[in-house]
Amino acid sequence: MIRRRDVLAGFALATVAALWLADLQATRPDPWMTLAAIGHGLLHPDFSDPAGMLGAAALTVAFAFCGVALGAVTGLLMAPFYGATPVRLACICLRAVHELFWALLLFSVTGLSPLTGVLAIGLPYAGIFAKVFSEYLDDALAAARLPRAVPRLTQLLWVRLPQALPQMRTYTLYRLECGLRSSAVLGFIGLPTLGFQLETAFKQAQYGQAVAVLALFLALILPLRIWMIWRLAPVFLLASVAALMTIVVPPMGDGAVLRFLADIVPAPLRSGADWGGWLDKVFVAQALPGSVATLILSQIALAGAAVLAALAFPAIVPGVVGRAGALVGHAVLVVLRSIPDYMLAFVLLQILGPSMLPAALALGLHNGAIIAHLLGREARGLPQRPDAPRGLTLWAWDLLPRLTASFWALCLYRWEIILRDSAIMGLLGIGTLGFYIQSNVQTLRMDRVVALLVVSVLLTLAVDTLSRRLRRAMQDGPVLRIEASRTLAS
Amino acid sequence: MTAPLVALTDQTLGWGGQAVLRGVTLQVAPGERIVLLGRSGVGKSTLLATLHDRLTKRTALVPQDHGLVGSLSVFHNVWMGVLDDHGTAGNLRCLLWPRRSERSRVEGILDVVGLAGMGRHRVSRLSGGQRQRVALARALLRGGEVVLGDEPVTALDPAQGAALLDHLGGRFATSILALHDVDQALRVATRIVGLRAGGIAIDAPATELTEADLLALYR
Repeated sequence: MIRRRDVLAGFALATVAALWLADLQATRPDPWMTLAAIGHGLLHPDFSDPAGMLGAAALTVAFAFCGVALGAVTGLLMAPFYGATPVRLACICLRAVHELFWALLLFSVTGLSPLTGVLAIGLPYAGIFAKVFSEYLDDALAAARLPRAVPRLTQLLWVRLPQALPQMRTYTLYRLECGLRSSAVLGFIGLPTLGFQLETAFKQAQYGQAVAVLALFLALILPLRIWMIWRLAPVFLLASVAALMTIVVPPMGDGAVLRFLADIVPAPLRSGADWGGWLDKVFVAQALPGSVATLILSQIALAGAAVLAALAFPAIVPGVVGRAGALVGHAVLVVLRSIPDYMLAFVLLQILGPSMLPAALALGLHNGAIIAHLLGREARGLPQRPDAPRGLTLWAWDLLPRLTASFWALCLYRWEIILRDSAIMGLLGIGTLGFYIQSNVQTLRMDRVVALLVVSVLLTLAVDTLSRRLRRAMQDGPVLRIEASRTLAS
Repeated sequence: MTAPLVALTDQTLGWGGQAVLRGVTLQVAPGERIVLLGRSGVGKSTLLATLHDRLTKRTALVPQDHGLVGSLSVFHNVWMGVLDDHGTAGNLRCLLWPRRSERSRVEGILDVVGLAGMGRHRVSRLSGGQRQRVALARALLRGGEVVLGDEPVTALDPAQGAALLDHLGGRFATSILALHDVDQALRVATRIVGLRAGGIAIDAPATELTEADLLALYR
């Protein structure tokens, strides 16, 4: 029997330990100088290169469309077989590797071609889609009353699929929003999307341009539900494929696939080198410190997100902040939620200098805003007594205690996602697993890359299992299917 | 005659754009003990909600679904009745560290409703009858001129229910209660309002009504 109090104490202890171990200094000599320059950029956005920016925006959308389409179709095909252990394991591994890691891995097979970006989004998304779609299909079966035993395929096509279709559609729309974020972030490692433009502008201290890119990204992602018209989806998809075809690709040498397959075989097997040295280098010198840093960062980020969510969710509840306040709160939370955490971390890194602080802040803000938004929506839907209090008293006396179960479930659910994202923060130079993975990619040691990816997958799985067990032990009411309920978030 | 606490004149009441009661005319004078009777779904809760909205005097409410916060303690749920008497800072403090005086004030009420010593229990662990008593305790602690109750004692046994209705009568000068037990209604009411077929069918002093008159409401 796991008690909530014990979980809370363990969580607090882990956070204190993580804060003690973490390097959270703002090392930048004068963050105010950069801030002032960015502030100047905010006031003077630079739209002087509309062609380049619009091209990058189009490609951002194109990568997202093709990647999500690939993921959704593959996921839909796998969903009916999700109960089979091999399929489930394959899906777990697909989604445990972050899009950026997939891209790093695929660079050595498909090079800088658009296929890299599409696969980097499509592969992990296929794993996620398969899981969520299978849950929808299961629910649909429970709801339907079938006359007699009918064949599985008939059952699927006639009963389960039609019933699950509306949910699948909403979920795909939500995933498309995630896909836009992933696509933009892929620009940071070289694909020609808005992330690339943002990174370039920042590195050249062209803050006006950076602000313009960010504004364009928000203008794209915020009204997604307005411009995404389902009947036009085939047109969008064809246009996306066409747009991706226009990308000029540097030639790849022949036999890239075979070379890659040979490269991922551990060096001692290939060249007869010493196993001891290889294992020591990969696991003791890289995987261990990388995992520790990943766990520390994710713990701090999770604690930050939890605190932010608990404090900020009433920002969209009219009973607490009033009607106008709820509109403002909604705007702030949606913008925070829409900017990818990696992008936010990159920007904060330019201001605060290299340490864990920018990454922890970015992860905490982004995930905290997501949890706050979901909680706030639930809070708005709670039935209230006619004589219920208002303002902060309503928050503390009514909403927070009634939403505790959801709050913990959401935090535990985001834990796994925060861990995955903490690992990739290493690409920004913080010592998490991503840092070691990238340095091995740069020295073309693909065997080490794969070994470290396996470590990161195992870490994600361990946290996922623990989180699921805690969620089950701590929940008061019925099972909360968070992926399913997320589809309602708009 | 004193001014009425609340007055409705030929009103159409409903919710969600649908009329539940039509042509409602009703005045409530201070000191009256009104009982609303009628089949379930006839509009008793709608009428109570309207009266609650119109009343300007301090009013305590016992809603049908209790309106409790399951994850908080009995003490906190009872104290919710007087949250609007205190500032936000004081309320936050009381949520974390209730004062001894606050606890003993609530304990006195819990004694009345038969939950003595249960102040620290979580409401989600209580039975249906215990929850109803928490809701009653909240109203009793709140006090005021008027109490509005929507089936406030349905989950209790007859003896307990009768005793608690008497307590409500002792604490509040005016009461408007929706009940479903005709005997109970005749015992506590000075005036009975019977609802039937989307309107008020009976509105008379309790002494002028017989059980048979009231049972007609349910036919």
